[in-house]
Amino acid sequence: MSSLNILGLNLELLLNEGWGEALLIGLYRSLTIAFGAFALGLVIGIFASVGKLYGNAIVKQLLELYTTIVRSVPELVLILIVYFVGADLVNAVAGLLGYSYVEINGAAAGVFVLGFVQGAYSTEVIRGAILSVPVGQIEAGRAFGMTGAAVLRRITLPAMLPAALPGLSNLWLIAMKDTALLAVLGFGELTQVTRQAAGSTKEYFTFFLAAGCLYLIASLISNVVSRRLEVWARRGLPQDIRA
Amino acid sequence: MTDAAKPALQPVSVLAPTKAPALGRWGWIILGAFAVYAATTMRWDWLLDYYPKLLWGLLATLLLLVVTTALGLAAAIPLGFVQVVGPRWLSVPARTFCSIIRGTPLLLQLWLLYYGLGSVFAANPEIRDSALWPLLRQAWPYAVIALTVSYAAYEGEVFRGAFAGVAKGQLEAAQSFGMSRWHIFRRIWLPQAFNRALPTLVGETILQLKATPLVATITVMDVYSVAAQVRQATYLTYEPLILISVIYVLFALLIQRAFAAFSTTRYMRSPR
Repeated sequence: MSSLNILGLNLELLLNEGWGEALLIGLYRSLTIAFGAFALGLVIGIFASVGKLYGNAIVKQLLELYTTIVRSVPELVLILIVYFVGADLVNAVAGLLGYSYVEINGAAAGVFVLGFVQGAYSTEVIRGAILSVPVGQIEAGRAFGMTGAAVLRRITLPAMLPAALPGLSNLWLIAMKDTALLAVLGFGELTQVTRQAAGSTKEYFTFFLAAGCLYLIASLISNVVSRRLEVWARRGLPQDIRA
Repeated sequence: MTDAAKPALQPVSVLAPTKAPALGRWGWIILGAFAVYAATTMRWDWLLDYYPKLLWGLLATLLLLVVTTALGLAAAIPLGFVQVVGPRWLSVPARTFCSIIRGTPLLLQLWLLYYGLGSVFAANPEIRDSALWPLLRQAWPYAVIALTVSYAAYEGEVFRGAFAGVAKGQLEAAQSFGMSRWHIFRRIWLPQAFNRALPTLVGETILQLKATPLVATITVMDVYSVAAQVRQATYLTYEPLILISVIYVLFALLIQRAFAAFSTTRYMRSPR
C-alpha cells in the first residue's frame, strides 16, 4: 500500500479512505450546533438583560443567580446538569401527554445545553452594551411618544450594537470551541469523530492536527466576518467613539 | 478598530465575572429554598464514604489551578511583551502561537498531547527506557502542560494589550531620568501593564478554573472525576454534580476575593 506520509502524518487516511469526509461532517455538525446555541443564547441574552435592567426585584435576583452561577460553574458540569434536567423534563411532559420514553435528539440537546450556557454570557455582554447607550437617546425616544418595545427595537438595540459586537463575536468563538465539550456526551461532533477516527486507526497526530486545523480555519474566517460586521455597525459613529 | 496591529482574536475580558454578585433579599430566599429542598429530598449519605476522595480531588484541582496559572503567567508576560516591542522573528511566532492555541478547543489540545504524544512516546524504545518514562506515562504532566499553554496564550494576548496601553510619556519620562532599559521595564512598564491586565486576569483565572475538569477525560483525579465516580457507583444523577457546582462557585468567589485583596496592596497602588 502506498501511503501518503508527510512529516509522519498519514494523509492517505484523510484523503482516500473516507476519514477526511467524516471529519468534515463532524465539523458541519459542530458548526450547526454552535450556530443554534449562539442564536438561542442571543435570544436569552436580550430578554434576560432587559429583565436584569428593568425587571422587578424577584426577576432581577433570579437573573443575577442565573448569570453568576452559570458563569462560575465549569461548562462540562453545566452541560451534564442541563442535559439530564432537560431529558427528565422532556420525559415528564411526554409522560403526561401519554407517550412512553422519548429519544432525545442529539443536535437539539446540544443546542439547548450550550444555548443555556451562552445565554448567561450574552446577558452580561448585552446588558453592558445597553448601559453604554446615552440616556438622552432613550429619553428622546420616549419624548416622541414611543412605547417601551419601540424604544428597544428602534433605538436601544441598534445603538448598542457597536458596543456589543466585540463581546458577541468572542461568544461565537467560545460557542464553536465549546461544542468540543459535547464529545463527553457523544453527539457525533468534530472532536468526538476525531477521537473515534484516531482511536480506530491509531494515527492520533494525523487526526487531532487535522481537526485542529479545521477549528482554526473556522475561527479565522469568523474573525474576518466579525471585523467586517463591526465596521458596518460602527458606520455613522464619530471616529473617536470606540466601543 | 481598524489598525493593522489588531490581533486575530480579541481578549475575552467582557465574558467573565469580575465583580461579586449583588445578591439581595430575594436572591438569598431563592438560594435558601433550593438548599432546603436539596437537603431534605436528595440523598447525601454517600458523602460519608467519599469525602476523603473528594478532599484529595479538591487538592488536585487547586494545585492544578495554582501551578498552571503561575507557570502560564510567567510565560505570558514575555509572550505579550515581544508582540509589542520584539523583532519580527520573535513577534510573529508569538502571535501565531497565541492565535493557534486560542483558535482551537482546549479539549482537543489536551487529547493531542495525551493520546498523540503519549502514543509516540510509548512506541519509542529510547524514551521507554529513559529515566523520564515513569513521569511521562502518567496523565498529569500532559494536563499541566496543556493548561499552562492555554493560559499562557490567552494571557499573552491580554499582556500584549496591557503593554501596548501604557502611556508613551511614562516610558519617555523614565528614559529622560536616565533609567536603563531593564530598569524601565521593571519599574515602569511591567507594573503599569500588570495593573491594566489585573481586572481581566480575574475573569481569565476563573475561566482557567472552569477548564480544569477537562483533565478528568485523560484520567487525572480532580474533584470533577471524583463526582463522576460517585455518579457511576451510586446511580445518583444530580447530587454529586450539585455538590461540585457549589464547590466551583465558592472557588470562583475565592479567586475574586484573592485578586481584590491583591489589588489593594501597595504594589498595585495607583497614582490617584
